[in-house]
Amino acid sequence: MTPDELDALFKALADPTRRRIVDRLAERPDQSLFELCAGAVAKGQPVMSRQAVSQHLEVLEKAGLVQVTRAGRTKLHRLELWPLRAAQKAWLGRLL
Amino acid sequence: MKIYVTNVFVDDQQKALEFYRDRLGFAVKRDIDLGGGNRWLTVVSPDNPDGTELLLEPSDHPAVGPFKAALVVDGIPAASFMVDDIAAEVARLKAEGVQFTVEPMDAGAVMMAVFDDSCGNLIQIVQVKG
Repeated sequence: MTPDELDALFKALADPTRRRIVDRLAERPDQSLFELCAGAVAKGQPVMSRQAVSQHLEVLEKAGLVQVTRAGRTKLHRLELWPLRAAQKAWLGRLL
Repeated sequence: MKIYVTNVFVDDQQKALEFYRDRLGFAVKRDIDLGGGNRWLTVVSPDNPDGTELLLEPSDHPAVGPFKAALVVDGIPAASFMVDDIAAEVARLKAEGVQFTVEPMDAGAVMMAVFDDSCGNLIQIVQVKG
């Protein structure tokens, strides 16, 4: 894992809303933007605008934490754990 | 002032009529030939024939295609209908061959599910929690 990739990963995780999206996707993979927003309402969490969630998903995707697949024409999002494992191998593991 | 009609843009009005009437179970309220192959086509809930009409409106305006496509990409429904028993409704619609994109899930005050209307839209159904 390159230093740039480590930066992207930690930047992506340095936001409570993005960590919440990670938690949602860990509970249930393959959710559309609409489902992610509806799920937040169900949990009684602060309402997230679709525009905001869309931008957060883009940051997570760039960091490799979210993978986008398609069901028909709808974009679905799922969690990818390899960047976390790679970060542990490349740097965190040396400290822990 | 009251809301008497709302719309969904459908790719094909005849196909939409068959879906909304024969699969979903709505009743045709008005079917008026507007010329040029377009119809003023509305359906209503059979339980509430004088209630709000749903206009099955042609998608031929150039802005409509990109608008509908963008909603589908993000999984956003074009309309939302209320049901008494979402589990029974989902089972009935699946037996009719309707494709669901979201299985019944908790959405706070309601349970909701989403299906494809085969005319270019996602449609939400909700059941208010007791």
